[in-house]
Amino acid sequence: MYVAVKGGERAIENAHRLLAHERRGDRDVPELSLAQIAEQLSLGVDRVMTEGSLYDRELAALAIKQARGDLIEAIFLVRAFRATLPRFGATDPVNTGEMQVRRRISSTFKDIPGGQILGPTFDYTHRLLDPRLADGFVPEQPETSDVTQAATPRVTDILGRDGLIEPSPAADADAPVGDLTREPLSFPADRDLRLQNLARADEGFLLALGYSSQRGYGRNHPFAGEIRFGEVEVEFFAEDAGFVVPLGSIELTECQMVNQFKGSATEAPCFTRGYGLAFGQSERKTMSMALVDRSLRARELGEEVIAPAQDEEFVMSHSDNVQATGFVEHLKLPHYVDFQSELGLLRKLRQEFAEANEAPDMQEAAE
Amino acid sequence: MNAPAYNFAYLDEQTKRMIRRAILKAIAIPGYQVPFASREMPMPYGWGTGGVQVTAAILGPQDVLKVIDQGSDDTTNAISIRKFFGKTAGVATTTSTTDATVIQTRHRIPEAPLHAGQVLVYQVPIPEPLRFLEPRETETRRMHALGEYGLMHVKLYEDIARFGHIATSYAYPVKVNARYVMDPSPTPKFDNPKMDNCPALQLFGAGREKRIYAIPPHTDVVSLDFEDHPFTRYRFDAPCALCGAGDSYLDEIVTDDKGSRMFVCSDTDYCESRQLAGHRGSESAPPHKERAHG
Repeated sequence: MYVAVKGGERAIENAHRLLAHERRGDRDVPELSLAQIAEQLSLGVDRVMTEGSLYDRELAALAIKQARGDLIEAIFLVRAFRATLPRFGATDPVNTGEMQVRRRISSTFKDIPGGQILGPTFDYTHRLLDPRLADGFVPEQPETSDVTQAATPRVTDILGRDGLIEPSPAADADAPVGDLTREPLSFPADRDLRLQNLARADEGFLLALGYSSQRGYGRNHPFAGEIRFGEVEVEFFAEDAGFVVPLGSIELTECQMVNQFKGSATEAPCFTRGYGLAFGQSERKTMSMALVDRSLRARELGEEVIAPAQDEEFVMSHSDNVQATGFVEHLKLPHYVDFQSELGLLRKLRQEFAEANEAPDMQEAAE
Repeated sequence: MNAPAYNFAYLDEQTKRMIRRAILKAIAIPGYQVPFASREMPMPYGWGTGGVQVTAAILGPQDVLKVIDQGSDDTTNAISIRKFFGKTAGVATTTSTTDATVIQTRHRIPEAPLHAGQVLVYQVPIPEPLRFLEPRETETRRMHALGEYGLMHVKLYEDIARFGHIATSYAYPVKVNARYVMDPSPTPKFDNPKMDNCPALQLFGAGREKRIYAIPPHTDVVSLDFEDHPFTRYRFDAPCALCGAGDSYLDEIVTDDKGSRMFVCSDTDYCESRQLAGHRGSESAPPHKERAHG
């Protein structure tokens, strides 16, 4: 006797209860605080804010805690919350040239106005596990010096003065910036939408695409013109008040790639740009983003589109990890019905195959 | 901390208005895929976010909602979506096809005939029927605009040349109102004829792909075929083992590891209604003793 499966509702409730229990882990181990996550897992928080498209350290830390450290799940939580927030308007463009720089390097010039500043970086650390960190290690206080007032102009601006690099497109106050979270994407997409897509894109996906372009799949000869990380002011022009209101400051990482361009019949050869920007300290993300941004400019710059990284429909349609993980993981949902019709078809095809292959044998036997 | 507060049926009114506009356009151009600014929902893409957004946009406080997945009200994702609307909209829910005013479905069309005034909302994973023939959206939109469906007919013809019949068993393409070729979502082709001249409104939502399309009531929906190879439904040739129905789509249930299996209605409401009316199949449980074990 067969009894149809019931009780899914209780199964779901119990599964979620078990999940909450597993998330907490051993209850004898002290619980993580949001401050601990925000302070000590800060690069994870930065990634969740960047790909979640929401600058809120506390909510990102909460998402990481709730997601048991699964960053894509945390990004999803932040995105779902963000989708419900009202929009008051758009801020003025931030000026990264006036960033309070905490780290800033250029690989194209030995020295630059404002200097090279290593700042907090894994670069040049030896990747040896440090057993001291296992318990109670107190690091030294960082070295300090007086704040310099020296300006740190962007390296690309220095190149731009001689016309050696294409100018950055000027901001047009009358042209609204696209927003793919409010308007459905259509192709071909302009660079504003491409950059928004890349800023939200999965770091691993961009890393692999950027890497593929370096290995020759649509090579574009990049140099890391500049990578800078620090704080910038965010300002909002309030229509009602008629003046600019400072909203606070946020941490950003910006990467400007400098790439070769052969020039054309009408344009002199000059360097071209690839651009990356992310919340917090997200260097791998911004570098990968800048490589892919430049690759996606192939059409605009008259280059042949031959590699995946240059194909905007391919890149933009598959870069979002919340979409990708949803659709890949939806294969966990029941597919009994369509599987059943495939089973029926497959049985029929196999039967027809068997009949077709039996027929000649029987003929031979008859002869 | 920014504590969340949510609107009736979760979505804010601006978003609902945007979705309703897309729905109206979709109804005005039957079978045409209308792009819409799909939102990030609190359930994953690919798990019904398109259907959920359409349902959220059309749901009113008086509506009675039914949610099915694989024809069943009791599959986990159907329960999850039903609970979502129970919680965020507080609407009445039902498992009865006849009593529901809005039915959200994944992979099936109910067996009981739909009536005027009902809305059937399909969850759609890949709205583009030409996608597996042409991966580029820029190309497929052009093909729809020009009504250029030769590629699809060639695919169906190649099936016939190779297998002697069309080897598509679900998501079987249809032509709507003699204009647009449309993906019916991954329903078995058994369900295709139910879409034709249906008195209920049929809405299709694809959240991840950001498309909405529709079949207005009493619209011609024709499954693609050839004169000498007409469309045929597929159904496993057996009565339901629980209710004895000979006209319903059947799920195959593996009952042991020695090759035993049985076939039961995939539409649980249809099957239970028939059992309540006294119909019995070969494996029916005695009435009121469903939970008996051993």
